Amino acid sequence: MSAWNNVKAIAKRELGAYFSSPVAYVFIVIFLLLAGFFTFNVGQFFQIGEASLLPFFYWHPWLYLFLVPAVGMRLWSEERRQGTMELLLTMPITTWQAILGKFLASWAFLAIALLLTFPIVITVNYLGDPDNGIILSGYIGSLLLAGAYLAISSMTSAMTRNQVVSFIVSVVICLFLIIVGYGPVTDLLTSWGSPALVDTIASFSVITHFDPFQKGLIDLRDIVFFLSIIMFALFTTGVIIRAHRAG
Amino acid sequence: MIKVENLKKAFGTKYAVNGVSFAVERGEVLGFLGPNGAGKSTTMRMIMGFIPPTEGKISVGGFDMVENPIPGKRLMGYLPENAPAYTDMTVHGFLGFAAELRGLSGEAKKKAIGGAVEMCFLESVLHQSVDTLSKGYRHRTSLAQALLHDPDILILDEPTDGLDPNQKHEIRTLIRRMGETKVIIFSTHILEEVEAVCSRAIIIDRGQIVANGTPRELKARSENAGAVTISLLGAAAREVTGKLSALSAVKEIKVVADEGARLVLRCIANKDQVNGAFSRAIAELAQRESWRLEELRVEEGKLDDVFRSITLPETQTGATQ
Repeated sequence: MSAWNNVKAIAKRELGAYFSSPVAYVFIVIFLLLAGFFTFNVGQFFQIGEASLLPFFYWHPWLYLFLVPAVGMRLWSEERRQGTMELLLTMPITTWQAILGKFLASWAFLAIALLLTFPIVITVNYLGDPDNGIILSGYIGSLLLAGAYLAISSMTSAMTRNQVVSFIVSVVICLFLIIVGYGPVTDLLTSWGSPALVDTIASFSVITHFDPFQKGLIDLRDIVFFLSIIMFALFTTGVIIRAHRAG
Repeated sequence: MIKVENLKKAFGTKYAVNGVSFAVERGEVLGFLGPNGAGKSTTMRMIMGFIPPTEGKISVGGFDMVENPIPGKRLMGYLPENAPAYTDMTVHGFLGFAAELRGLSGEAKKKAIGGAVEMCFLESVLHQSVDTLSKGYRHRTSLAQALLHDPDILILDEPTDGLDPNQKHEIRTLIRRMGETKVIIFSTHILEEVEAVCSRAIIIDRGQIVANGTPRELKARSENAGAVTISLLGAAAREVTGKLSALSAVKEIKVVADEGARLVLRCIANKDQVNGAFSRAIAELAQRESWRLEELRVEEGKLDDVFRSITLPETQTGATQ
């Protein structure tokens, strides 16, 4: 399977690129600090008095809003800026293999960061008797959520050689995907339109689809939702790269 | 091995490449010449399958580069303009990555890297990060990537750009040596490089091929090609010119320098002159007149002149438009 070998080689290089610069470590530290801050201070983990990680997962859509585009912004814009894109895409590989390899590498990086939150699982298990199935489901949902944001960042990163522009555009898109399903916003919409319309709009939100995971419900529809965002955004990445090359 | 037919590439309404056709076979080193923005890089990128042509056909080793580029890409090694390389990797890591994408692994990968490192003199920086390298080393790292899998075809976009004279010499030697068994296309601004390395040169200007031939053929297009330059001691310009113009073969005489004691003249031959006959006629005349001949030289013509005469008028009209 030479196709898979190509994807693997690209993913390996990309993951190596994260860890060869201090950015990776800075990112992981900030991610863990913020995750802790949201869980314990904003989410009031202790005050709630429940043996669950609900306060931990609840804030992930907002936490990822800034952190995931920061990871994904360099995926393609850096290649374009350094001219290595020409090198990469004149290798005997397809554009899709390159897109997939890069995406998987940065997703794996986010997975590593997420896994490093394990002390909180230990803490909650030490303090009480949580349902670890729900926690696992939360982690799965969180990873899918990160993947969706990341694919969007990959798409915006292919648009420009400027990482800052790439970052901002993907934050805006991800923000949109949050707020259409965010409680206060949907409440506001309900006062204007029919509930059916609001539900339809909200069904495009990552919040609507991330919620069940936090409650331990792994619904195929939610998984399909996140995977289709990922596939759509990666497909668009390919279209953008192709359009750029065509001039 | 490479066949390009009526290749066109439009960016917006402007044609960067406008109807380029040529073919290259094994054992040829083809030099691409042309002013900046003539379409050299665009043509190379299209051959590499990096950008799709607006019109035209490219076949590499019999594979169509538009419909099915992967098998063609396998046959080629490519050094892009400005020699990019992943700056966050070490030279060894970078070459390893390139080898993996070329489908090499294990012992074959090690051997390929070793060979490329040796050819490009990279041993001393093998474990250094690419962004700490000097321009020359970085350039050669990118070149090593292109040579790694011992490709049949090498496409090199300005392979000697930014190198010092010694490095340039090394790269040229390398190209000449590899050109015996491979197909090499390279672009350059340096005309002496074409003479030193190429078996054939193509001059591109504003997206079109304006000249295609061996360096010798191209030089023959220079107005000075075949002219005889003589340098005489203690002769009067008027007298010598008169004697020379009496020769039927001489079309025109130019005084290059008249320093009193030393007179340098350039005699341009009529078109029908056979090789050697013209210079012989002048030498015989000099002997008859017992001129004190210091030097007699048959001009080969300069590629510079040809290049300028072909590309300059058009660029100038372009500027006034």
